[in-house]
Amino acid sequence: MREKETTIYLGPQHPGITGNMMVKLKVAGDTIVKAETHVGYLHRAFEKLMEQRTWTQSFPIVCRICVPEPDPNEENLARAIEEIEGREVPERAKYIRVMVLELARLATYGLWMGGQSGSMGLYTMPQWTIGDRDYILDLFEELTGGRVYHMYIWAGGVRRDLPEGFTDRVLKTLDYLENRLPDYDNLLFNNALFQKRAQGVGIIPKDKAIEWGVVGPPLRGSGIKHDVRIDEPYEVYDKLNFIVPTSDGCDVWSRALVRRQEYEQSISIIRQVIEKMPKGDYYNKIPNPLTWQVPPGEAYVKTESARGEFGYYVVSDGSIKPRRVHVRGPAYVHGVSLLEKILVGANIADVSFIMNSLGTCPPEIER
Amino acid sequence: MAFDIKGVLAPFSALKQGTKPPHTVRYPKEKKETAARYRGLHFNDLEECIGCGTCATICQNAAIDMIHVDGFETNSGDSGLRPRVDNGRCCWCALCVDVCPTGSLNLTKDYVYVSEDPDSFLWMPGVDNPEGKENLSFQSAEGKPLLEYERIPMHELEGTERVKSFAEVLLGYNEEEARKEAARCVGCSICTDICPVHMHIPEYINAIANGDDEAAVKIIYDNNPLGETCGKVCTRRCETVCAIGHRGEPIAIRWLKGYATSTVNNADLIEKIVNPEILPPNGHSVGIIGAGPSGLTAAYYLSLRGFNVTIYESKSHAGGMIMYGIPKYRLPLDSIDKQVEYMEKMGVKIKYNTKVGKDITLEEMKQHHEAILIGIGFEVPYELGLVGENEEGSIQAVNFLRNINSDRHVEIGDKVVVIGGGNVAIDAARVSRRLGADVTILYRRRVEDMPADWEEIEGAEDEGVHIHPQAIPLEIILDENKKVKALKYANAEMIPDPEGGRPRPKIIEGDEHIIEVTSVIGAIGQSADYNFIPEDIKNQIEIKRGRIIVNEDQQTNVPWLFASGDIANRRADAISAIADGYRAVKGIEKFILKSENK
Repeated sequence: MREKETTIYLGPQHPGITGNMMVKLKVAGDTIVKAETHVGYLHRAFEKLMEQRTWTQSFPIVCRICVPEPDPNEENLARAIEEIEGREVPERAKYIRVMVLELARLATYGLWMGGQSGSMGLYTMPQWTIGDRDYILDLFEELTGGRVYHMYIWAGGVRRDLPEGFTDRVLKTLDYLENRLPDYDNLLFNNALFQKRAQGVGIIPKDKAIEWGVVGPPLRGSGIKHDVRIDEPYEVYDKLNFIVPTSDGCDVWSRALVRRQEYEQSISIIRQVIEKMPKGDYYNKIPNPLTWQVPPGEAYVKTESARGEFGYYVVSDGSIKPRRVHVRGPAYVHGVSLLEKILVGANIADVSFIMNSLGTCPPEIER
Repeated sequence: MAFDIKGVLAPFSALKQGTKPPHTVRYPKEKKETAARYRGLHFNDLEECIGCGTCATICQNAAIDMIHVDGFETNSGDSGLRPRVDNGRCCWCALCVDVCPTGSLNLTKDYVYVSEDPDSFLWMPGVDNPEGKENLSFQSAEGKPLLEYERIPMHELEGTERVKSFAEVLLGYNEEEARKEAARCVGCSICTDICPVHMHIPEYINAIANGDDEAAVKIIYDNNPLGETCGKVCTRRCETVCAIGHRGEPIAIRWLKGYATSTVNNADLIEKIVNPEILPPNGHSVGIIGAGPSGLTAAYYLSLRGFNVTIYESKSHAGGMIMYGIPKYRLPLDSIDKQVEYMEKMGVKIKYNTKVGKDITLEEMKQHHEAILIGIGFEVPYELGLVGENEEGSIQAVNFLRNINSDRHVEIGDKVVVIGGGNVAIDAARVSRRLGADVTILYRRRVEDMPADWEEIEGAEDEGVHIHPQAIPLEIILDENKKVKALKYANAEMIPDPEGGRPRPKIIEGDEHIIEVTSVIGAIGQSADYNFIPEDIKNQIEIKRGRIIVNEDQQTNVPWLFASGDIANRRADAISAIADGYRAVKGIEKFILKSENK
């Protein structure tokens, strides 16, 4: 007998929804028949706000587009402006930027591990990883003055030089995080329950992944080797050795494996950065921020954020304010159209689990 | 699928964490030490802050507004306002800190603030949290300044090149340089407050930065018809208070004004650009004595307001002290002519070679005009009070400069001593260098006490003028033909004033010297000649220390008589004279229209 269909509203206030959005689910029993994503709960019009602010004033705005990982936003806006203006960035600043971006990736993966585990009821993991993430936030606090919103990378370089002895403390934290990995493995990655929940769930078929616009770890979890850091290297990624892990399972488990390996790669990247970072200037000063006019032009730049390719399209009409800033983050695809496709056939209990594996971030979808 | 026993047991290894000490800080017993650059609540050093409001301008959350602090007095060069932060809006990006021109605004390591009163989240850093001073963390001094503290250098002739002619020393900014220099401005308006005329400085600088020089010129002419002159020789008090000047070089306000006005090279073009509104004739007539900066300013704006204005000028050229007192290497003749020509086009009538008291009396003037403004300037030099002062070879700087500017030959020989330390002394010295003489300036006090502009002092030294401070002239020694031969002077030491005033020079007994000279030029100040004023009027108006006392409308005790310029204000510079002229316009208008309404 065919089961009766029921409608369930998941969100907008739901701990498993990783922000404020809603998924309207049509279910038969506990199997999803149709999923409809609804956004619009935290639209803050950041792109429009920037059209009313000077170039420098836009930086405190963009970092708020993504709470867990604000730095790719800062780096994108800075690099777009630099590209339009032809402004040189000191080599040291580029290394510092990569260090910040990779520290942000580690912090974000820490949050992801917590969210992924929490969404299946494994609540010890978030206590650990979010606690360990705080050691990275301590570094951010020391470097930038802020734990979450850094306002650190800006046009021309970075805002302050590294504090005395900072790299030693970074290395110490990296050692600590690396030593924690066996604990994480025991609790999460080698956990039979996790494997059982994750394998074969939330399938993104390899032949559909590109067509659907999937990026980042979900794309690499579908066996496609794509990473902006390698394909179109920015800052100093072309001077660093690292691999781009992939996995062919196309499921939540594969995506988890990819992130788990990238965690180690990021640690290695930061160590290389510290080793290779030259001395010298950290900031090629922009003119008076109140009257600074960026010459007319446009640029599309992208970074590989923890959730995937993150793009900024910036247009200048030669005035002191941006004419247009368009933010194209991975969550827009992952959290709206992709989710509707891959939730069909999944279990209700797996909705948050799958959302977490995609790195859905509603604040970034809506901006 | 095989049963993964290892995978089932592995998670239990987490239990061993139970034996380890916790990582967390036990708040509130234990508090976490914040990082050295932590961005916490604001602290503002009230004494250092000048209330420029740049923090409020940069704040992208509009979290800062500038308000008055009760019971807190501020000096000039300070808006008197201080920032108030709305902690409900602030995002602690600290752009306000990095942009603060004085460095007074910084962030502290304090981040906890609890109150039931939502209004209390609006607070004034430094006023409401004086203890913040001890907890500073994120500070502007650590980073690179966000603003631009270095001035775009001005091109000028080399010292050795300058002394060969009377060519203008400053070559001016080119367009690109002017735009760049103008773009350094934060638009705080502190300069506007101190400018005697209250020129719209940020507005015209902004116009220059935006590439609209014509708009800049129009803004300048709004309250200063001698903008080009001021762009070359203004004493620019604006620059002394410039917010950028607190940690860098002030915006070159004077030179930017000079740049904007120099883009307009004839009177017709000025008329086209400024295109002022001229009110229809109102049938009232005003007479002005002296076509100096104050007289010209008053005449120009009175003409625009429909008055019939006539200036009586004793010389053949308008401009007064800026025409006859300022050497041409600082202010070329054609620049003054252009500005005066424009004013004449706007209806100002000037009767040249007409000396009041000789060619026309004040009483006669009064028959033609309802109000009279005196702007005669200080043209009578103070005597040095030395033996031999009135003989050949001893000349007065103002007369000397007037003769040179009138293209008359003055014989000064090859060894000149100038006595004095003001701008007139420096002008006389630099002109003498251009005539080929070796020049020494004798000044009673120290170099830093010289009232002359420091740039003028430096300019003089570059041109080879020798400055001898703490030297007091005693006697001019004459030769057998009663011609100046040498100067006897004594060195002085500075005696501190027990009452805290500036130190006084005192002759060192026996430290006397004689230098051979061909000329001695006196430049120790001037006064006015009030002989043209009839006794009965002179008895009614009040004259104190050589200056006519006026009210805030430049009006004397005789209601129809107004005074402006050097004879009415102690600053004795062009911009103060222009300000007087501008005020007199309002005063005269008030006086005439009020009596009309009676």
